[in-house]
Parts: sequence; structure tokens; C-alpha cells
Amino acid sequence: MSGVALLTIFVLAVFVGFEVVSKVSTTLHTPLMSGANAIHGIILVGAVIVAGEAHTGFELAVGLLATVLSTVNLVGGFVVTDRMLEMFKGRTSRGGHR
Amino acid sequence: MRLSGHAVEVVYLIAAICFILALKGLSSPRTARRGNLIGAVGAVVALVAVFAAKSSDFDHVPAILVAIGVGAVIAVPAARRVQMTQMPQLVALFNGVGGGAAALVALLELAAYSQTAGARHDLLNQAAIAFTVLVGSVSFSGSVVTFAKLQEIMTTRPVILPGAAPLLLAGLAVSAGLGTGVYATANPVLGVLLMIAALTVGVMIVLPVGGADVPIVISLLNAFTGLTVAAGGLVLQNTLLLVAGTLVGASGTILTRLMAAAMGRPVTGVMFGALRGGSTAGSTAVSDRPVRTAGPEDVAVLLAYARKVVVVPGYGLAVAQAQHTVRELAEVLEARGIEVLYGIHPVAGRMPGHMNVLLAEANVPYESLKEMDEVNPEFATTDVVLVVGANDVVNPAAKTSPGAPIYGMPILEVSGAQQVIFLKRSMRPGFAGIENELLFDPKTSLLFGDAKDSLTKVLGAVKDL
Repeated sequence: MSGVALLTIFVLAVFVGFEVVSKVSTTLHTPLMSGANAIHGIILVGAVIVAGEAHTGFELAVGLLATVLSTVNLVGGFVVTDRMLEMFKGRTSRGGHR
Repeated sequence: MRLSGHAVEVVYLIAAICFILALKGLSSPRTARRGNLIGAVGAVVALVAVFAAKSSDFDHVPAILVAIGVGAVIAVPAARRVQMTQMPQLVALFNGVGGGAAALVALLELAAYSQTAGARHDLLNQAAIAFTVLVGSVSFSGSVVTFAKLQEIMTTRPVILPGAAPLLLAGLAVSAGLGTGVYATANPVLGVLLMIAALTVGVMIVLPVGGADVPIVISLLNAFTGLTVAAGGLVLQNTLLLVAGTLVGASGTILTRLMAAAMGRPVTGVMFGALRGGSTAGSTAVSDRPVRTAGPEDVAVLLAYARKVVVVPGYGLAVAQAQHTVRELAEVLEARGIEVLYGIHPVAGRMPGHMNVLLAEANVPYESLKEMDEVNPEFATTDVVLVVGANDVVNPAAKTSPGAPIYGMPILEVSGAQQVIFLKRSMRPGFAGIENELLFDPKTSLLFGDAKDSLTKVLGAVKDL
């Protein structure tokens, strides 16, 4: 893919990123940060690709280390965010309170 | 099943849409949980596509699956079992390992690339590799130091080594030089040196940050890792990594700025304020000036005969796990016809929104939680403010002492109320390490002890009235 095409995708994604979180309430700052944190764990895809294409034992070891680290980021991120949000659910189910 | 290159690109697009919907969903309380699930689904779909697309030179599948399994076995119990008080450092750690993974991926690409570089000289690619290694390593070591500070493995105060500012500048200069070297020559040895230099810089950047500024650093490093992953997408020519990383980088930057604005200071002030000098030393000395202490019964009487009470929660509430007790107390007071509000400072606790998460866990109604701007005008008509384990966020030094590290931070102006009650463990100063003049104010009473014990006693006393 050409550099310009990648740059186009980058710039558009910047605007989308600004747009989707611009009106978030402070209540959700922590879960939003944690959820965004989980999303960048998708570097797992990159780690799997480089590990799969490794030619030497050393390259494979580094690739697998990257795979473990990014899995921790991705899986842990989504699980911990879900745990935070579980608590919010408890409150909304009591809807009629006050 | 083997997916073609085009099919994989389409799956990546679907995953990217999932991530956008996830961030969008996470911005509103009603859709947040579903948003998070959509994000997880997007990640799984993308991962399956990578395996399904395996080309002839894609190997080692069993080993990779084991590595993913190991990662999941580490992450799930940690995320499931963590105490609410320790959530910020766990998020910091997850963020750090993501940045570290991205840096390793870029290093491997550099090694592979250097063997074929003669055929293809792609400066965009080399720049992206240099950026990924540099920023990913900074994010990793910075996050580890943040973790150590929050876990109190090391001091939570700003650490300023002699000559810290010149050292940091030197570190940055060396990193920039090595980064340029990687960019120009694609030499893997320079890549490894760059990683080592950047790891050192990450430590040096975060060490001088302390006190209430740590949450902002977590958010900033999160944005850094996002940008690193985006650059990793350029390196691997992978649109999903590019889009997902950019989304996180952009939204993380916005979030960091919102939080810094909530503290009334620029992000650069948070990061480098301590290096510019100024009083960040703080003090651990326990003051022997006289304060007015109160027993649980005195506090109960003050609360029970008030018309309006504002609860200001802080980290002490989280440590004592007192969120359920405080909600019970509020309900008993409300049953007596007293109006109870919660004043939530944007950086109360160790993470932005930390208090909201805790109080939500205790089923405190959403409408009772008031943000700083909403609650500050309320204090003039408030009879009693109950400060539970908070200190810096109500410290008037932020307005009156230009030398204080928190100077300029907007605070909850609780001194406007008739009475202020502090529930504190001791006279030890807050996270920022500055004495709070408000403790010595004639309208202030202090009830010492663990927040949960104190609240339980107050609750019992109110019920007995």
C-alpha cells in the first residue's frame, strides 16, 4: 500500500478518535481509558504475524514473547474493563431508585 | 479454510468498525458494557483471520497458540481478582506490556528487513520502525515505574535525581540520534541500542512525576502505546493495527487533555514541572499544631441535624473499601429528610473517575454524584461536608500557595460550608505531600481511624439518635 494511502487512513482515524470520545463524562474516564488500553492490545495480530514468519530460534523466541505480552494487554484489558462496567450495571438495574 | 489477502482486509475493516463502536459505546453509561464486548469480538475476529490467512511462510502455529494461552492464563486471573483499589496500576501494567510488545515486533521487522534492505529502500518504513521501538520502549518502562509507584513498591513522591534535567535531555538526544541512525541505515544493532536508550528515558520521564499527577501519566502513556501500535501498523503494512492504534492514540490524547484541564495545568507542567524546580519536596513530617477532634457520636449529631450534606470521597475510601458503608449512611440520612450529594473531584483517587467506579459498585444513584463544577456552588448552602479519605482535592494550598506542587489545580471548595468533617487515618499529608491548612480551620473536625470503621460507628450512632 502506498505511503499516501496509509497517511490518509491515519488522518481519518485521528478525526474519528477525537470525535468518538469528545463528549465523555468524567464518570466513564476510567473504563474508557481501560477499554482503549485493551484495544491497542490488538498489536497481538502483529506479534502473531512476526512470530509466524520467524526464521531463527532467536526470532521465534522474541516473537513469542511479544505474543505473550500483547495477549496480556488484550485479554486482561477487556476483562478488567468488563469488571469495572459490571458495577455500573448494578446501578442502572435499580432504575427507579430516587 | 484459507482466506485470501482481500478477504483478510475485509475482516480487518470489520474489526476496525468494532473498535470504533467500542469507543463510542464506552462514552455513555448505558452502552458501555456492550461497547467493551463489541471491542473484544472485533479482536477475536481479527485474530482468527490472521490464522486463517496463513501463507506458505507462516509457521510455528502450535507454539504461537501456546504463547496466547500463556498470556491469557496470566491476564484473566489478574484482571478478575484485582482489588478495586489496585485497578489503576493493573491498567498501567497492561498498557506497558502492550507498548513493549509493539517495540519487540518492530525490532524483529527491522532484523528481517535489514536482510532485504538492499533491494528496497523504504524510508517511511524505517521511520516507522524507529518510532515504534522508541515510543514503545518509553511506554513500557514508564508504565512499569508508574506501576511501582502506585503499588508503593517505591516512593509515590516525585523522585528527582541530581542532574535529572540534563540527564533526561542527554537521554533524549541519544535516543533521537539512535532513532535517526535506525531511520538512515536500518541496522538492527542500532535498533537494540535505541531500545535500551528509550527504556532509560521512559524511567527518567516518569520518576519525577508524583502525587496527583500519576493518573494523567497513565492516560498519556496509554496514548503513547496507541501511537506505537499505529506505527507498528505502518511497519507491517497492516491497516487494522494502523486504525486501532490511531484511534487509541487520538482518543487517549483527548482524554489526557481533559484530565489535565480538570487539574488546571498543561500536560507539560504535569510531566516536567518537578524538573523545573519549585517546591515538590513535600513533607512527611506530622504536624503537631492543634486540631479539633470529634468522636463518632459528635459526627452523627452534626450529620443528623443537617439539612444538606455533601460527601467528598478520596483514595482513603477506596483503601478502606468503605463505599458500601458510606452509601448506607447516606440512605439513613436521606430517610431523615436530609439532602445528600457526593462531590467528585476529577482526579480523586489514583485514576480519573476512580470514585465513580467505586460508588457505582455500591449502587450509589448516578444522579447524586456531582462533578466539581456542579457541586462547588452548592457548598454555600451546605451544612456539613464529610470528607472521606480525601486530602489534596480539598486542599486550599492549590489556590493560596504558589510554591505548592498542586498550585493551580481546581479544588472542591468545601470551606464554603458551615462545617467540615475529615475522616482520616492520621495527620499524614496526602499523596502530594503537602499540609492541608483546612485541617486547622475552626469549622473543621477530625475523626481519626480507618474510614470504614469510622463510618460504621457514625452510622450506628445516627441510627441510635
